[in-house]
Amino acid sequence: MKLPDFEYRAPDTLAEAVVLLASSEGARPLAGGQSFLPIMAFRLAEPTMLVDLKKIQELRGIQVSEQGVRIGAMTRWREILDDPRLKAAIPLLPEAIEHVAHYQVRNRGTIGGSLAHADPAAEMPAVALALDAQIEAMGPKGRRMIAAQDLFVGPLMTSLETDEIIVAVHIPAGPSNRRYGFQEFSRRRGDFALAGIALSYDQDAQGRAANIRIAAFSIADTPVRLKAAEAILNGKIVDASTIAAAAAAASGEVDPAGDIHASARYRKALVGTMLTRALERAAADAR
Amino acid sequence: MATQFEVNGRKVSVNVQPRMTLADCLRHELKLTGTHVACEHGVCGACTVIMDGEAVRSCLTLAVQAENSKIVTVEGLSPAEGLSPLQQAFKHHHALQCGFCTPGMLTTLHALLSQEPNATEERIRDVISGNICRCTGYVTIVEAALDARSAYQAGSEKA
Ligand SMILES: Cc1cc2nc3c(=O)[nH]c(=O)nc-3n(C[C@H](O)[C@H](O)[C@H](O)COP(=O)(O)OP(=O)(O)OC[C@H]3O[C@@H](n4cnc5c(N)ncnc54)[C@H](O)[C@@H]3O)c2cc1C
Ligand code: FES
Ligand code: FES
Repeated sequence: MKLPDFEYRAPDTLAEAVVLLASSEGARPLAGGQSFLPIMAFRLAEPTMLVDLKKIQELRGIQVSEQGVRIGAMTRWREILDDPRLKAAIPLLPEAIEHVAHYQVRNRGTIGGSLAHADPAAEMPAVALALDAQIEAMGPKGRRMIAAQDLFVGPLMTSLETDEIIVAVHIPAGPSNRRYGFQEFSRRRGDFALAGIALSYDQDAQGRAANIRIAAFSIADTPVRLKAAEAILNGKIVDASTIAAAAAAASGEVDPAGDIHASARYRKALVGTMLTRALERAAADAR
Repeated sequence: MATQFEVNGRKVSVNVQPRMTLADCLRHELKLTGTHVACEHGVCGACTVIMDGEAVRSCLTLAVQAENSKIVTVEGLSPAEGLSPLQQAFKHHHALQCGFCTPGMLTTLHALLSQEPNATEERIRDVISGNICRCTGYVTIVEAALDARSAYQAGSEKA
């Protein structure tokens, strides 16, 4: 199998990369290549130039502060899993990333690449939605912040311009009473999920949930918030009866397609089951 | 594009098209055919090599991306004579039948055990879930890896 022919550049700075991307219609950024190379192998993408981001220092590094976490776009899955600060600051992140792909792919795949790739079955886009992440992007017109909910517009489609580069992901720190939940079901660990849930909420002194954000993935063209389920839980104590009501609402509000891996009906039911398990874990998890 | 890197301790210089994968470069340009290629889109793990100490899929890495890196292929795992402790354990436990997946299994497990010499059975199983073997049923591969750990714990084996 041969990839389509392209020119290869590896600039040292972000500014140079932006200029290169703007210079040619068919120029695309290259991060870990773990999604892009397969897509090129299938000729689903035929870029004329690949701008490898590997040398750009500004795209690297993880910063943890009181305000939250900033993760450079070129941070690899492996580095996220290996950073003990992230486990303490935002436990949802490493918990979800453990489900991303296999050992070798996690050694090269990056968080920025995953967000830009926008696979509806991928974990990170849903996690970004559940954590209200902001995506920092840089293009010829300058720098801008994009809320995760505005980034994903369709399968493998984002609101990024073709000459914009994701610089970093910003995740706001939650209050100390924030709860997180993650569940997915896949046929083999490391494979893409048939359906999955990432969620966060704040639990007040009376045990009631507030600011709940539930994101489901692998059930639509983009990751989606489950608004009906959220409405049931906001202001309520998360217990067996509210969880059951939320799970029923979740199965009702999604409209997944069936494929060779799972029928639509199965996926609908699975969303409810995944939400139930994620909520049970979050409620039991007294941090 | 002129590209330089190190393979199994030897400096090499190749002139390749940017679209050439590292897997094809190793096999066709450098004649290191120990690295096997099957799916060519990242699913099977047969093409795994060690790049700067980490297991990577060489079909999902461009040769030009290997610039200035240190690559170890399955050929580089063997000592001058005989077999490495991991290879020996594979032989002892019958951890291969057709052998197609073996280079990828060996490079993956060598990278893992070099970094995590105390890897548990669960960890080993999780890691090789990214490598498809159609013959062995994995049980003997896991046994071989568990057995080989002692050589890595003793520090005699390193990536
Ligand atoms: C066998 C296998 C199983 C996998 N399983 C999973 C899984 O279960 N879950 C999952 O989430 N992923 C999975 N992946 C995909 C993997 O996580 C990828 O690493 C990730 O989706 C893309 O990251 P990358 O760095 O490799 O990006 P690349 O492949 O380099 O790029 C992907 C796309 O993003 C663009 N891009 C990259 N970086 C930027 C940037 N900074 N700014 C703007 N655009 C950019 C590229 O132009 C390209 O269009 C799997 C991959 C394989 C091969
Ligand atoms: S040939 Fe590279 S993973 Fe299959
Ligand atoms: S030994 Fe034949 S595929 Fe593994």
